[in-house]
Amino acid sequence: MIDRRSEEYKKRSGDRMARRYRADRRFRLYGQAALVFGALALCILMVSIFSSGYTAFFRTQVALDVELDPDVLGVAAAEQEHLSLEQADYYTVVNRAIYNAIPGELERSDRKLAKGLISNGASVELREMVLENPALVGRTVKVNFTASSDLDQLHKGNVPRDVEEGLRRINDKQLAWYDRWVQEGRVSSTFNWNFFTSGDSRNPEMAGIGGAITGSIFTLLCFVLSFPVGVAAAVYLEEFAPKNKWTDMIEVNINNLAAVPSIIFGLLGLAILLNVFNMPRGTPVVGGMVLALMTLPTIIIACRASLKAVPPSIRQGALAMGASPMQVTLHHVLPLALPGTLTGTIIGLSQALGETAPLLMIGMVAFIVDIPGGVTDPSAVLPVQIYLWAESAERGFVEKTSAAIMIILAFLVTMNLFAIYLRQRFERRW
Amino acid sequence: MALAATAFALLVFSSFIIGQSRARASAGSSGLKLHSLPNYHGCYVALWAGVPALLILLLWLALEPVFLRSIVLDTIPERTASMSEQQLSVLFSEIQNKADGAFGITAADESLTRAIDSYKSLKRTSHFAMLAVFFSVCVLCLLFARSRIAPAFTARHAVEKAFNAFLFLSSLIAILTTIGIVCSLIFESIRFFQLVPFTDFVFGAKWSPQTAMRADQVASEGAFGAVPLFVGTILIAFIAMCVATPVGLFAAVYLAEYASKRTRVVAKPILEILAGIPTVVYGFFAALTVAPYVKDTAEALGLAASSESALAAGLVMGIMIIPFISSLSDDVINAVPQSLRDGSYAMGATKSETIKQVIVPAALPGIVGAVLLAISRAVGETMIVVMAAGLAANLTANPLSNVTTVTVQIVTILVGDQEFDSAKTLSAFALGLMLFFVTLLLNVIALRIVKKYREKYD
Amino acid sequence: MENQDKVKQMNGSGVKPGLAAEPTMRAQGKSEKVRDVAPADHRTPKAKSRGVNVYYGAKQALFSIDLDIFENEVTALIGPSGCGKSTFLRCLNRMNDVIDICRVEGKIEIDGDDIYSSGLDVVQLRERVGMVFQKPNPFPKSIYDNIAYGPRIHGLAEGKADMDEIVETSLTKAGLWNEVKERLHDPGTGLSGGQQQRLCIARAISVSPEVILMDEPCSALDPIATAHIEDLMFELKENYTIVIVTHSMQQAARVSQRTGFFHLGELVEVGKTEQIFQNPVDQRTQDYITGRFG
Repeated sequence: MIDRRSEEYKKRSGDRMARRYRADRRFRLYGQAALVFGALALCILMVSIFSSGYTAFFRTQVALDVELDPDVLGVAAAEQEHLSLEQADYYTVVNRAIYNAIPGELERSDRKLAKGLISNGASVELREMVLENPALVGRTVKVNFTASSDLDQLHKGNVPRDVEEGLRRINDKQLAWYDRWVQEGRVSSTFNWNFFTSGDSRNPEMAGIGGAITGSIFTLLCFVLSFPVGVAAAVYLEEFAPKNKWTDMIEVNINNLAAVPSIIFGLLGLAILLNVFNMPRGTPVVGGMVLALMTLPTIIIACRASLKAVPPSIRQGALAMGASPMQVTLHHVLPLALPGTLTGTIIGLSQALGETAPLLMIGMVAFIVDIPGGVTDPSAVLPVQIYLWAESAERGFVEKTSAAIMIILAFLVTMNLFAIYLRQRFERRW
Repeated sequence: MALAATAFALLVFSSFIIGQSRARASAGSSGLKLHSLPNYHGCYVALWAGVPALLILLLWLALEPVFLRSIVLDTIPERTASMSEQQLSVLFSEIQNKADGAFGITAADESLTRAIDSYKSLKRTSHFAMLAVFFSVCVLCLLFARSRIAPAFTARHAVEKAFNAFLFLSSLIAILTTIGIVCSLIFESIRFFQLVPFTDFVFGAKWSPQTAMRADQVASEGAFGAVPLFVGTILIAFIAMCVATPVGLFAAVYLAEYASKRTRVVAKPILEILAGIPTVVYGFFAALTVAPYVKDTAEALGLAASSESALAAGLVMGIMIIPFISSLSDDVINAVPQSLRDGSYAMGATKSETIKQVIVPAALPGIVGAVLLAISRAVGETMIVVMAAGLAANLTANPLSNVTTVTVQIVTILVGDQEFDSAKTLSAFALGLMLFFVTLLLNVIALRIVKKYREKYD
Repeated sequence: MENQDKVKQMNGSGVKPGLAAEPTMRAQGKSEKVRDVAPADHRTPKAKSRGVNVYYGAKQALFSIDLDIFENEVTALIGPSGCGKSTFLRCLNRMNDVIDICRVEGKIEIDGDDIYSSGLDVVQLRERVGMVFQKPNPFPKSIYDNIAYGPRIHGLAEGKADMDEIVETSLTKAGLWNEVKERLHDPGTGLSGGQQQRLCIARAISVSPEVILMDEPCSALDPIATAHIEDLMFELKENYTIVIVTHSMQQAARVSQRTGFFHLGELVEVGKTEQIFQNPVDQRTQDYITGRFG
């Protein structure tokens, strides 16, 4: 027996207890540190993306006085038709407007510098404006043109101006003109709707994610076809399949498939869908099929779990009423398991929305300006657009990339909130 | 096309009505009780009307190009006689493209124009024939099914059988996917290993897959020794696991054993958000924020670091994997029965002693399984390394230098133009095969361990 | 030991122990009645509870329990399921702390130390008060490590030889040594149910506790294993104070010297086992032991 009243025991155990509790506190601290690390990583990620991305939602524009002279445009007053207006020489008009906004005579090299302050897309902007309102021809109007990416970044403060000239994309001369424009109130900032509606572009200031969003929606439309297949497979395995080696194999196979790297599914799509079945490269239909195959295991596993959660008493009750096994499943079990299945599918959907690697394999990396019109048009999708912009060297694409990430995260959060809502609204505890 | 689809849909729908009313009528006239509800008879007829026709349509679409090809190429024997199989394919797709008007019809020579014309007319004929066959099969099957309807006919059984077959086929898709993956990887890999010996690939220490594009071009031979890629992959995965395993495990233990309910409510969503962020975002984060930071820090410490270091990619990949490990470990820790905890606390153990000496050992198989799954995830992860790790195949274990991985090379090789007869393109499939088998092995082992573990405590 | 014998002789002489006016008492009305039926005892109790109320959230599970537990005796707690006897048992080594919503009021003393006082270390308390659970719960370790776990965490063994000795003594005391001495390094989970439960008893006594709590230790066992455990309790009570919760009245009658009857969270009656079973004071006790309910 231990004499717990002895002084010696008390002292020894006191020391020991102090040591043990220290160890306990230390261990607890590790746990807290781990959580803090995770939270910190998330914070840094979010902050670094938001801080570099929010400026993309604003567009710097420069107001220039444009003289829409029919002669310069190349359209004589008599033949002001759409066809000729479409092909008119807006480029020169815009350039003149730029030169006019700068005092003094411009050298040839200066003209180039001056043009570098306004986006290459300015002539297109002017064209659209004129086509919308042909009556403008012959008048002088004040037009807000999108600034070039270099000026845009400078105006937003994303690039420093107080560094050596050689380290800047905008040289001292351009800087002086810019300052003058600011004084004249020509430079302003506006919400960048263009970013949401237009497709990709070589010029960062004109690039938008409209095309990528459309492509993603088309891709997910094709992807959604995997829902009935996934549910059917889960129902078969859970409710009808005989328990034998064969179904065991299917089950093991599904579990393994869920953990196969996504890029392998891209190789599958490339070798089978593109090379064997000759499906069109880089299109939402192929992308959707690859993503569907990739997320099918996730959906099957989620659906099986919610089928499993339906208590056997419900099946037995229905069977006792004389329902056939198929009727039991369709009338009783499946409706009860549907919320869980939907939740799983939405999670699969959000996984598919963010997936990039397999889409690179099937050629969805092309530079596509047009917004796709259907599932068989080559198109980009959001994550691939992010990848493409992230790989571009131009400084202006950094904010675009971050902004696109913000948009994709917004989509994902919405989808997951919806999944959580579904789960809480319909979840039953048995 | 849309017209045909609408017609087909209408046909199937009306066949449902026909079956239904026919069943009612037969029951009414004979006075017998129907075996199955009229709806089942309707479904039965509709299935007969729809399914065989659709199957024939699919078969037709699959076989049409083959027949068209041989017929069309036979119209221009003078061109095709001396052509290899490869060239024939190219020629045929050229004909197809031109016929479909993809590049405008600018066929220079007469024989090609002839082939295009014959292709076009054949295609048109085939199209009409297909529609005719499709709809006649549809109607014939409808009539056949309708003739079988009688009060005693077991329509429900037939419909359920068909439905069961659909369910079964759906579950087969998972198998077919696996077979598809294995076949596509193996066939292309075999072609690769005909060009490059297997041993050179697995044991070679030099990777530079630039092969000569033309026979007369002066270029390096191209070396396909994948060891640097394997080492790079392992290095980055190792760094990732060094971050993710302790953090994920401690987070899981803390959440399961120490945390109050309120902490859990806050912490779990944080981990879930980390898990839900697309990998391309992590890749951008690694390249934009972490890589420069790693480089600056290393240089401040007087170490040479490349701007695309293995460390940056590994760190970010580790962050990505944290929630994966923590949620899997959380599950296995929660599966440890409460009675073991009670037993340990009743012995006078502190929380950390209970965790370290009872719970973690009890959950160890599950945790090992989780870590293995995480490793397989790290090895197969693509976007982070594509964006943050380099392309240079350095054979090094220095985390500050840039290395490349299997997945990076697959992406680099296959993005852009592909020549399916060059060793360069095919090597991507060989790499894919390696990747597939390694991850498969890890998954099989991990899933088996986890399954055994679950059985123990169920 | 002599002293204790003396105490034993004085058992049941009818003098009140003078604890009637304990300041910690809560629900006066109820405890009054309990004290009336509790036989008085001259001995100093090993453990005593006064006015213990236990709540699970808003629901009260125990109402003002006053109970004395004496050294070198088996005290049995009986009563229908859900009557709170296990809850009370778990108060004695504060295992209820593990449950978040559980709240304990009142006073429980072991050797005069208030075990719910803030100065008391729950880890040290549990070293003194061991526990055996309803279902055998050996750790997923070897038999040896199962026994060595307690001495190791409490630092009771000086070296390997010391530890070997503790393991052997504990297993011997639990009557398991001869069955497992050849396979000490096999997993403890590989033993049969009865052996596992004796392993858990050996584990509990490895740290030389003063009190051993047994929560229906035989309910998962077959009759032969049960007989084993009951014999073991008989031997163990020579050195330890044992409190056992049991569903089986026969078992209580066989192994215990004192018995307490719980009903709906109240301690209805407590006294010498023979008295409770042969001549209960309270009608509810009478009804329960004659099988009218429960």
